[in-house]
Parts: sequence; structure tokens; C-alpha cells
Amino acid sequence: MSSVRKAKHGWILSIIFTLISLLYVYPVFLVLLNSFKKKVYISKRPFELPVGEKMFVGLENYIGGIEKTNFLAAFATSLFITVLSVLVIVVCTSMTAWYITRVKNVMTSGIYYLCLFSMIVPFQMVMFTLSKLADMLRLNTPWGLIIVYLGFGAGLAVFMFCGFVKSIPLEIEEAAMIDGCTPIQTYFSIVFPILKPTCITVAILQAMWIWNDYLLPYLTLDLKRFRTIPIAVQYLKGGFGSIDMGAMMATLVLAIIPIIVFYLVCQKYIIEGVVSGAVKG
Amino acid sequence: MEKSIKKYFPIFVLPTLAAFTIGFIVPFIMGIYLSFCEFTTVQDAKFVGIRNYLNIFSDSTFVHSLGFTALFTVVSVVTINFFGFTIAMLLTKGIKGTNIFRTVFFMPNLIGGIVLGYIWQLLLNGILLQFDRTLTYSGAYGFWGLIILMNWQQIGYMMIIYIAGIQNIPGELIEAAKIDGAKPSQILRHVTIPMVMPSITICTFLTLTNSFKLFDQNLALTAGEPSNKSEMLALNIFNTFYTRNGWEGVGQAKAVVFFLLVALIAITQNWLTRSKEVQQ
Repeated sequence: MSSVRKAKHGWILSIIFTLISLLYVYPVFLVLLNSFKKKVYISKRPFELPVGEKMFVGLENYIGGIEKTNFLAAFATSLFITVLSVLVIVVCTSMTAWYITRVKNVMTSGIYYLCLFSMIVPFQMVMFTLSKLADMLRLNTPWGLIIVYLGFGAGLAVFMFCGFVKSIPLEIEEAAMIDGCTPIQTYFSIVFPILKPTCITVAILQAMWIWNDYLLPYLTLDLKRFRTIPIAVQYLKGGFGSIDMGAMMATLVLAIIPIIVFYLVCQKYIIEGVVSGAVKG
Repeated sequence: MEKSIKKYFPIFVLPTLAAFTIGFIVPFIMGIYLSFCEFTTVQDAKFVGIRNYLNIFSDSTFVHSLGFTALFTVVSVVTINFFGFTIAMLLTKGIKGTNIFRTVFFMPNLIGGIVLGYIWQLLLNGILLQFDRTLTYSGAYGFWGLIILMNWQQIGYMMIIYIAGIQNIPGELIEAAKIDGAKPSQILRHVTIPMVMPSITICTFLTLTNSFKLFDQNLALTAGEPSNKSEMLALNIFNTFYTRNGWEGVGQAKAVVFFLLVALIAITQNWLTRSKEVQQ
């Protein structure tokens, strides 16, 4: 009796959730639809299908959007900054976390508590001074930005790695050292492989942040030479008196596509990363 | 072993520490100091005591944005967690298509705030057009627009965390409650919710700080229009720094106040919900 009722319930729920899911993807679908529409109609008739010679413009918006935002360069800059920053953060902060967990003194615990503290400081607090400092130190290029990201992202990453390093038994490392490994060899051949799950978690969380970050690169980068995707999108609004809605729609679609592809490929890791990141954070 | 590791400090710690100093420690200390100064660049700072702090509260845009942000935070924390938890409960019943629904609901999280803002601007302005309004018609439109946007973005993330929490509840516990004759609502109140308290702690923490610190979505959706009526704290601080000449000191003082508020919220929230968690 109860199993029959459950099954009936299940069907209703599945249908309701299917409807909600469709509603959920609708905003993105609407942007896709409008990216093929003549720009004067986008604001006036956003819900109409782009059909007929009057409305449908093919790839015109895409060509305009790519030109106006220099999208390919922005994509390359975003990719370069995200990939390298994440790599540098994962390698450097995991090493730091291992060291400050294994070597106990006033300085290492001081670093630990500073990292913890930095996690509750909002970016606005350091926004002005950080951008001025980065300017003075000539960190206003994608290479320099990697250093800034390592510095500002270190807090969370060190904290998460420390949580995991504490659970690794000392005996394995001691055995390796007695066999003649240097700390560097011990770290990269024994500890780092064990840290792999946490590396994935940290990498996912940092990548989501850095890829989508607007304010930090906007204030730090030399905008005449380098733009990331969020800056390019925002520039469409600021750079040309009235917004070219066609170019805007096309650029939004281009900005979303890589994220959706990445998400569908790495979905399992992303969701696991979010869950384990939340448990430790 | 500790001894042999110790001398490797320059390799293991120094790169991170140097970047951390540049990216956080120095800007933070400079920020505190500059909040007591008048300046336009860092070099011309002149100490003025607490004058910047006194100026903050005579700035009506700041007071308005503080109220706006506080109200926004309360409404979004309640709605996001309510929907996130409800969907998580329904998606742990093993219905058909659970994986697809989860994938769809989580997707908006990966899209950045600026892009999200423009997506919703198109949709909401399109709807409001039927009533001859736009999102920037009044502060209230911007407020509810942001609430809808944030719900759309964050429900999926919280849902994922709640699902993990619900799946961690031992099955025997629910079975035992059922055998004892507990109604579903009683199971929810006395078994499920106490058992997922750690997830509730995390989710309220994340939604609280995300909402309170919101910037990108605010900038893209309404940019604070009309006349700063939909401006949140982070955007107010940004505008104080970069659009009002001679107000840099006040901007930095606002940033310090903002930091203290975030810290206060984070610490209080942690302390409040942690004390409600069950020991397992």
C-alpha cells in the first residue's frame, strides 16, 4: 500500500520538477534566443522568436560582439589567469600548509591564524590599497595578477589543506625521511599524492572564484592592454553610450558556453568539491 | 623530523607568505591606517583622526545602502535556505530524474555575477515592459530583482550541501521514528532538522556573507539606479572611492566599518548555530 502511494507521488514530483527545471534554464535560453535577433527588437520584444527577415540576423550580433569586446583576447586572458593561478595556489599553499602543520612554533601558528582571519575580510577592505600596491609593484599584468590571487586566495586554501594534513599519519613521512628522502622528495612523492582530493576541492573553488571575478582584475590589470571576460562584458555597457543589446546578448552566450561545457565534463568533481569544501569551510 | 623540515622554510612557506603579504597583510594594515587620513593617492596621506568616520553617517547614501543591504540579506537568507532545503528533501526521495534536476539547479552557480546580472536584466525588464516599468523604476524593483536573481543562483549550491547532509542521516534513525509512530512532520522537526544542523550552519553562513558582500550582481542588474536607491554596501563603498573626488578617506573608513560588520555577522552566526548542533 505505502509503496504504491510512494510511486504515485514520485511521478507527480518528477513532473513538477521537470517544469521547474525548464523554468530554471529559461533565462539562459532567452538570452540565446535574443542573440540571433536584430538589436532594436531585443529590448522591445524580448519574448518573441527571432524568425522572419525583420528579426533574424544570423551571426551578425556574434561578429559585432566579438569585435567590440575583443572577446578572443579576453577569453585567452581569463583562461591564462585562471589556470595558472589555480595551479600556483594549489602547489604553493599545500606546501605551506604541510610545513606549518609539521613545524610547530610561534611563527607557523601565527601564519595559520592570519590565514583564518583573512577569510572574513571582505575585498572592499583592501580594494583601494591593494590596487595601488599592485600598481607600484608593476603587478598590473596577467603574470602579476597570479601573485595577487595567490596572496588573496591563500587564506582559504591554506586553511583547507591544514585540515587535511592533520589527518595524515606522521609514520609514513618519517619512514620516507629515514630512508633518506629530503623533505622536498618526501613532500612530492608521499604527501602531495595523498592530498589529491583536497587539491581538487581547492582547485574547483578557486577556479569558480577567479574565472568569474570582476572587481580584482578590473582594479589591478592595465585595462588598455588586458581584459578578462567579466570586464569585457561590463565594458560593453560602460564603453558605448547606449548599450548595443545585440553584441551584449552574443557576448553573454559566448561567456556562458565554456562554463557549461566545463560543468558538464567535470560535474562529478565540481559537486564533490563543493560538498567537501563546505564541510571544511 | 621537525628539525630537518625546518630549514626548508624558504621553499615551502616563503612564496606563499610573500604573496600573502603583498595581497593581504600590507593592504589590510595600510587600509586601517588610511581610514584615519585624507588622501587621493597613497603618498599624500594626511592624518585627520576620526573625521572620516564621523562623515560616514552624515552621508545619506551610506545609511540607505546599509538598510537596503540588511533587509536584502535577511530576505535572501530565508528564501534561499527555505527553497534549497525543500528541494533537497524532495530530491532525496529517489524520484526519477533526480540527477538531471540536480545538474540543472546547480548550473547557475558557475556563471559569474556580471553575466548573471545582464541575463536577468533582459528577462525582468522584458516582463516589466508589459506594465510600462523597468528595473530602475524604483529601489523596490531593484530589490526584488536581486532577490530573484540570488535565489536562482544560490538555491542549487545550498541544495547540494543539504542533500549531502540529509544523505548522512543513518536510515535506522528514521525507521525507528516511524516504528514509534512519528508523523512525517514530527520526523522532520525532531530527527531530520537536528541531524542536518551542521549543513544549516554552513548554508546560513555562506548565504549571509554572500548576500551581505554582494557586488557584481548589483552592479550589472541596476548599478544602484535610480539615484542610489538600489545600491548595496559594497557598491556604495566602490562609488565613494571611484566616483566622488576627495572622498577616498571616507571610502576607506566605510570599508573598515563594512569589514567590522562582516566579521561581527560571521562570528555571531557561527556561535549561534554551532551551539544548536547535535554531537554525533
